[in-house]
Amino acid sequence: MADGNGYKVVGTRPIRHDGVDKVTGRAKYGADLNFPDMLFGKILRSPHAHAKIVSIDVSRALAHPGVKDIVTSKDLPILSENILAEDKVFYKGHAIVGLAAVDVHTAEEALSLIDIEYEVLPAVTDVAKAIREDSVVLHQSLTTNTLGEKTGKPTNISSHVRHQNGDVEAGFAEADVVVERTFTTQTVHQGYIEPITATAKYNPDGELTVWTSTQGAFNVRQQVAGILDCPASKVRVVPLEIGGGFGGKTTVYVAPVAALLAMRTGQIVKVTMTRDEVFEGTGPAPATLIRLKMGATKDGRITAADTDLFYEGGAYPGSAVGAGANCMFAAYKIPNLMIDGFDVVVNKPSSHAYRAPGAPNSSFAAECVIDEICQKLDLDPLEFRMINGAKEGDRNPIGPRHGKIGYLETVEAAQTHDHYQVEVGNGKLRGRGVASGYWGNGAGRSSVNLTVNQDGTIMLLEGSTDIGGTRASIAMQAAEVLGIAAEDVRPAVVDTNSIGETGVTGGSRTTHATGLVAIRAAESVIEQMKEKLADHWEVNLNQVDFADGTFLNSDNQISFKEAARICSPVVGSVTESTTGAGGAFGTHVVDVEVDEDTGKVEVLRYTAVQDVGTAIHPSYAEGQIQGGAVQGIGWALSEEYVYDQKGQMVNASFLDYRMPTSYDTPMVDTVMVEVPNPGHPFGVRGVGEVPLVPPLAAIANAVSRAIGVRMTHLPMNPGSVLKALNKI
Amino acid sequence: MAIVAIPSLMRDLTQGKAEVVIQGSTLRELVENIEAQFPGVKDRLCHEDANGVRISPYIGVYVDGALVEKGMRSPIGDSSEVHFLPAISGGSES
Repeated sequence: MADGNGYKVVGTRPIRHDGVDKVTGRAKYGADLNFPDMLFGKILRSPHAHAKIVSIDVSRALAHPGVKDIVTSKDLPILSENILAEDKVFYKGHAIVGLAAVDVHTAEEALSLIDIEYEVLPAVTDVAKAIREDSVVLHQSLTTNTLGEKTGKPTNISSHVRHQNGDVEAGFAEADVVVERTFTTQTVHQGYIEPITATAKYNPDGELTVWTSTQGAFNVRQQVAGILDCPASKVRVVPLEIGGGFGGKTTVYVAPVAALLAMRTGQIVKVTMTRDEVFEGTGPAPATLIRLKMGATKDGRITAADTDLFYEGGAYPGSAVGAGANCMFAAYKIPNLMIDGFDVVVNKPSSHAYRAPGAPNSSFAAECVIDEICQKLDLDPLEFRMINGAKEGDRNPIGPRHGKIGYLETVEAAQTHDHYQVEVGNGKLRGRGVASGYWGNGAGRSSVNLTVNQDGTIMLLEGSTDIGGTRASIAMQAAEVLGIAAEDVRPAVVDTNSIGETGVTGGSRTTHATGLVAIRAAESVIEQMKEKLADHWEVNLNQVDFADGTFLNSDNQISFKEAARICSPVVGSVTESTTGAGGAFGTHVVDVEVDEDTGKVEVLRYTAVQDVGTAIHPSYAEGQIQGGAVQGIGWALSEEYVYDQKGQMVNASFLDYRMPTSYDTPMVDTVMVEVPNPGHPFGVRGVGEVPLVPPLAAIANAVSRAIGVRMTHLPMNPGSVLKALNKI
Repeated sequence: MAIVAIPSLMRDLTQGKAEVVIQGSTLRELVENIEAQFPGVKDRLCHEDANGVRISPYIGVYVDGALVEKGMRSPIGDSSEVHFLPAISGGSES
């Protein structure tokens, strides 16, 4: 039995079902796929950040004997400008032409034979410049959308959201201390190790198959079918193992091109991006500019907050500014609030989801200003959070009331943790920072199919891509209901023809939503088996019970496995649009040391506390928390897209784009607080996204306290730290 | 009757009211009834596609603190509190 939680499977740590394939290298990832006579696709991308396409001449490339086909946006049945640009390119790396050749080297060579004439235009790659009246305007047809109302004036600001409550001016008048700061964060990439890849096969009967690495096979099916203007039922998407996604693999980039080339050539076509294509041609998290003013009374009560959020959408509208606004102050009770959020297009790749999209940026600003208020008031920053922190029934300042949440529990756990009790140490530039963060978590549609085998094992089919051990966390929930071991449930992630529609593995929804559906399917299995046993025992259905993995009536008692021999075949299949996702909070504590000669920041100790609801597989919940914290260290200290004057990214490789490695990070201690979510039978809350929200501010607060200068711009690399110290 | 929080940028349509009390047992009824009192609201909240009038994909509807998953068919309780917020999204799919 798991530690005192009343469950037999939930809360234990079985070895993951896909572990052997993963550690032996047998697991198949997208780029591992090869077929006889397969063609290799490549994409010609824009060398310019902003240009008109005057002409495209593919005749020389098409004449190459190894080239089988070439497509441009004109060949797409439905235009999708981020898949293949039409008459303008909006960022360096923007896809323009796709071709298929007999091998990858021929394909690369043939790209150089394509002649494109550009009219180069001035580019804007900085959100602060893009919002100015005199800025280059990317899309002449773009006007600001304000909740459905449009201004009619061409601009780079595509949308404006606002949250308003109370009287902000009155709130600031009531405050004893007011802090106002401007913050910036840079464009950062999810940094998944496996590049984007897709392989497509088209049969003469009209059936299209796409093998790909994705967080959501059904999303790929819908998008490919939409762009190719064919019924989704004609497209089968086979999700392969995924080498990291973090939100970045919830959309398509090369799959429609591979599919189109396969349809036209009749041959299987594989397209795999190189690393620089991944950096320059896929969707990173947006850079942001945030102005924030907050006030508090001398006894530490927040009176007002007023903020402007400018998020880069990249080449097209659609940044995560809405989520940033929704999450920014969710942890606090704030009586007077004004949030204005703006989605801004710039000449960079179209931004896309990255773990708690939008929330790390806005929380960086909020949690840093709160820390400065605490310094000015000489208040302990965790005590300040206890005073202002939200609990069940309090409103998120943007409106809705919180259900059952565990925010204050995370703060209390941080306060009493050994890390917070010991001194950070002195003699060098050392500092301790704390910060909290929130993510709302998602639910939505999931499908699970359970088949009971004769030997009492279960085949579990699901549509949710396994990220971070979700095969195990889903199988364990079914096992808990069925009263069998986790190892007796064999989970498989299957293609879109083999399971009901399922949303992406994203939004921290999978263990909640697909787990909930697995529970329903297991309950269906039990009901069916009770009916069969009633017939077998020749008793009424209401005389058959099931408890603790045992079917019983007054005269009989058999285990689930024994019952399976009598009852199989039994299939429980459930597709459901789930609800009940519970929002979750984390509070992080970090100690840093700053080298005053080099400006390098070393993270000495890191503790991440999070309300996980109920941890189904604690190791994987802890792994999510550690992974989020480490990514946050990257955002805070080293990661950024660096652009030159022409809007060219100059560090599109893992050598120059500095993600943290094990040399840069300490062991991240995790503390899981379990405040069960009433919206799930076992109390599950999403875990994966919250841990990327607090680190940016926690580290910035630590550095600020270490050097005595408030840090407001990320990343805090050696150069920026030395600048803050007035050493350069 | 449900309490509906009016988004700040739509209060020009509700004579500045931040909150209105409206009848409706589903989200569709609620939106229609708001529209009847405050013309123009529906246009800002909804869009029309091949499947009819729906809540805009850019808006998330929260009923009693929870994001609804059934669109216009979502049930509204007698004393529900309804909020229209920017949808949580992670970026463009253009």
